[in-house]
Amino acid sequence: MIGLARHWREIPQRYRYEAARCDKCSAVYFPPRLVCSKCRGREFTKTVLPQTGKVETFTVIRVAPTGFTDEAPYAVAVVKLDDSIRVMAQVVDCEVEKLAIGDRVRLEFRKVQQDGEAGAICYGYKFVPEA
Amino acid sequence: MREVAVIGVGMNKWGELWEKSHRTIWTEAALKAIDEAKVDRVDAMVVGCMSGGLFVGQEHLGALLAEQLGMGPIPGTRVESACASGGLAFRQAYLAVASGMHDIVLATGVEKMTDVDGGAATFALSTAADQEYEGFHGVTFPGLYAMMARVHMQRYGTTREQLAQVAVKNHAHGSLNPNAQFPMKVTAQQVMSSAMVADPMRLLDCSPVTDGAAAAVLVPLEWARKRSSGPFIRVAASAHATDTIALHDREDMAFLGSTAKAAEQAYKQAHIGPSDLSFCEAHDCFTISEVMVIEALGIAERGQGGKLTASGYTALDGKIPVNPSGGLKSKGHPVGATGVAQVFEVVEQLRGACGARQVKNARWALTQNMGGTGASTVIHLFERV
Repeated sequence: MIGLARHWREIPQRYRYEAARCDKCSAVYFPPRLVCSKCRGREFTKTVLPQTGKVETFTVIRVAPTGFTDEAPYAVAVVKLDDSIRVMAQVVDCEVEKLAIGDRVRLEFRKVQQDGEAGAICYGYKFVPEA
Repeated sequence: MREVAVIGVGMNKWGELWEKSHRTIWTEAALKAIDEAKVDRVDAMVVGCMSGGLFVGQEHLGALLAEQLGMGPIPGTRVESACASGGLAFRQAYLAVASGMHDIVLATGVEKMTDVDGGAATFALSTAADQEYEGFHGVTFPGLYAMMARVHMQRYGTTREQLAQVAVKNHAHGSLNPNAQFPMKVTAQQVMSSAMVADPMRLLDCSPVTDGAAAAVLVPLEWARKRSSGPFIRVAASAHATDTIALHDREDMAFLGSTAKAAEQAYKQAHIGPSDLSFCEAHDCFTISEVMVIEALGIAERGQGGKLTASGYTALDGKIPVNPSGGLKSKGHPVGATGVAQVFEVVEQLRGACGARQVKNARWALTQNMGGTGASTVIHLFERV
């Protein structure tokens, strides 16, 4: 599996939703990049993603990969954040059978997985119903 | 650039080959292609393999497999582009011959996926997506394609039944292919009542986990003409394009941009269009994949891939048969080998050697091999000359 250093490195995104906005064309990248794909600009300013949005598509994982088998079935969705970009994450605290495109959701800080032989706990974000 | 021909191909029956090692299944396919080509040497070898490391704990496949050939210290190169690794290996071999760097090049692909359990195989495959921003959240490949399917169904009205028809068709084709892993026919009802993997993708919407290999020998067309009277299988175009690795970064989650881009380049190189195709081998890793692929290739109008499939247009006796081999769905999907096995089918079809699954009067054929959720596509066009 993946290493502790990587989880530590990703804390600004996993805990704080830190993204980058291109100074030239305002395109937003999550995670931050070094070059803008739209205008090839290389100057960015840190921005924080909005934490609410709408489900654009989703699935319910019933056959899970190693590390997630105990959690199945669980929902994963692509969510268009309000006035911003799309991100992917699990949707929890909902009845997966009733989930639908267009549902309003918000990001919450949650445990996402345990990793490696030491069972390091990896925190990050999951979506929950907005209401 | 020199014109390039394929003069030998090799593969064996695919499946759960527990009694054979990774290197043995590769060597068997390689030797078949070499023997068929009647060459006494190869100048270079390229192997497509997605994840020797995660599936069998072995990397450094260029050297390891080149050694198995017993042809001395030839250059052995392993290339990786997830499930498009085989197509990319074929392209690198094509470029090596076309450029004049080498005269006889062996293009191969191999994957041994059944030595690990289902969870480990699912994880290994998921590394073809963005590990940090997709895989981290526990999404799987059936899950990613399921999300694409849901967008396609909502926007275009593609139905569950239409998706099932892709599996029905490809299993019917595969039932005529002696190399297929799952050569049984299935009904739409069986597809739609099979176990749910990731809603709305069910077990029979998914290509299987497979052990297998395939190989092809490429030489300059002029060189082939001097040795025999033909007909010859000419590589008429080679194209490769990429798209965002993460599905959620795609401008349109229901369209395969890399396939459309590579197809555009390939048609331009060969001076033909989709309506000229006699048939094609497409990357049907899931039923929804084939629907989206035929749209991106221009065989179907955008959004109409499901409807066109249900009409029989892409069946063996239809206007443009798609996956006469049975496709990944029925033939099997040893990820690194798939792209080269598509070439195997095309060459056999253009030679008229496919028996009950023969496409009538085949002249032009296309192979479309795709990695991830479409982050990579490799397309080749072939012509019988």
